[in-house]
Amino acid sequence: MQPLDLSVTIGSLELPNPLIAASGCFGYGLEYEEVVDLALLGAVATKGLFLAERQGHKPERIVETPSGMLNAIGLQGIGVHRFISEKLPLLRQRRARTIVNICGTTLDEYVEVARILSDAEGVDALEVNISCPNIKEGGIQFGCSLDGTFSVVSAIRKVTTLPVIPKLTPNVTSPASFARAAEDAGADGISLVNTFLAMAIDVEQRRPKLSNIVGGLSGPAIRPIAVRMVWECRQAVKIPIIGMGGIMEARDVLEFMLAGANAVQVGTANFVDPFIWTKLLDGLEDYMTRHQVTRLADLVGAVDTQTPARAHA
Amino acid sequence: MPPVDVRAAVLSNVRLSRDYNVLTIAAPEVGALTEPGQFVMLKTSTSSDPMLRRPFSVFEVLRDDLGTVRAISILNKRAGRTTGLLYDLDAGDTVSCLGPLGLPFNPPAAGEAWMVAGGVGLAPFATLAEALVALEVPTTLFYGARTGDELYYLEFFDRLGVRLVLCTEDGSIGVPGRVTLPLEASLQALGGPNEVTLYACGPEPMLAAVARLSAAYGQPNEVSMERTMGCGLGGCYSCVVPVKHADGHTRYVRSCIGGPVFDGATVVWD
Repeated sequence: MQPLDLSVTIGSLELPNPLIAASGCFGYGLEYEEVVDLALLGAVATKGLFLAERQGHKPERIVETPSGMLNAIGLQGIGVHRFISEKLPLLRQRRARTIVNICGTTLDEYVEVARILSDAEGVDALEVNISCPNIKEGGIQFGCSLDGTFSVVSAIRKVTTLPVIPKLTPNVTSPASFARAAEDAGADGISLVNTFLAMAIDVEQRRPKLSNIVGGLSGPAIRPIAVRMVWECRQAVKIPIIGMGGIMEARDVLEFMLAGANAVQVGTANFVDPFIWTKLLDGLEDYMTRHQVTRLADLVGAVDTQTPARAHA
Repeated sequence: MPPVDVRAAVLSNVRLSRDYNVLTIAAPEVGALTEPGQFVMLKTSTSSDPMLRRPFSVFEVLRDDLGTVRAISILNKRAGRTTGLLYDLDAGDTVSCLGPLGLPFNPPAAGEAWMVAGGVGLAPFATLAEALVALEVPTTLFYGARTGDELYYLEFFDRLGVRLVLCTEDGSIGVPGRVTLPLEASLQALGGPNEVTLYACGPEPMLAAVARLSAAYGQPNEVSMERTMGCGLGGCYSCVVPVKHADGHTRYVRSCIGGPVFDGATVVWD
């Protein structure tokens, strides 16, 4: 039996396995160093960073919904400079492959944050957040317009040699056209999907359950929609796709990969089970053994759409 | 010490009333690490509905005759989905228990300890009382509830040698009204500042009042805050409390890793 090869590549980024901690769901990574060996993960996508520190929204910031949750955190964060001085050296020490999620209220801010991080030691890639549904002045104005997506990605592309991975919103009619805009602008890959804009109301009080009124839906409730969007984008672009949306177990990782994802991010499930990473890796290896797959990357986009699966009760 | 996650069997579920129960679970690995004021994240189902864990103060750390930790308990009050499920569990059922988590209470630098509990806010004070008694700190529990029926574990605290000051909103037991009434009277009777350390857990208006009284009478205080929590480990940023920092700025602090115990003087109250 050949050793199992779980490695994947996203442009020039080589990861030992496809499991990436999703931005906004794993702090700056270091919060979890006691429960998981950060070097064990494919990569860590850190919490979204603006140029400056940011307070975020008032509580209530999350609410649970059927098989999911809404969040409107409002991108609370320490800003790029404190991240570089306080977090990045420790992430390097822990040998975490670090994908830094970057935000901006203007095109110039995106470019500035990207430029600063490109000069720092220990950044492996930039994930460009043009899809947070929870802040008015943030990237969503770029992420919901094809021209905006193109201009942010191409502007960042010009100032960095790091892999540039825009994170796309599902809150558009055709994510695939946004994937194409990102590819045309020189993106090395795309992440999808960010959360679905949603709302929950307390009927007794007749008030919204979130202080921000609306928030982003994540968790297994969104998984089938996210899988469909990854599959559509796979038809539309050649660049690598990082798929995400409600992954709770290894089977879900494989579903995204078969749909066309080269790697995946795990977010909400990490809240439920911070020890999930080794369970996911074990599950992937078990699947590879059962199906005699020696190279996990061979499964990317390998769904056979000619024939539907036999139904199981 | 890193937290552990155990699938713990329910050893007993004592329903104290229509709303309150004490759930004892076989999580000795968690109990052995727990310090007073720390919490666990519990999940009743293995499915994704309900999906998230919920935070609970460790109520008791239960030992056998040899002193070996055998279990922990939580004091639960039915309010939502998970607390309802926890109320309905029976011996033999299981829950996932992740912990211990968060920052514990700090023992008093000097003088007496006064614990102030409102309703289900009693939860962190059984373990704190045991620790304080072991340190030979004179300890008082100011304990308020809606009715006398909802004052629990009085014998437990009495047996430890904790002085009890009871208070009910309906006046059926102890001082009628809010627990802050007898607390303020006792604070007035003190000779000067820094004679007692106050520890408070309960509804947020009560915590704010305790923090205000502590400041007014120059006594240090620690409050245990309850927040909607997603992960318990600092990942989700949902459980934040506004805290005034040394540089004068107010910042949101995650109560799961920067709390749930805060210096009441630093919390910015609504």
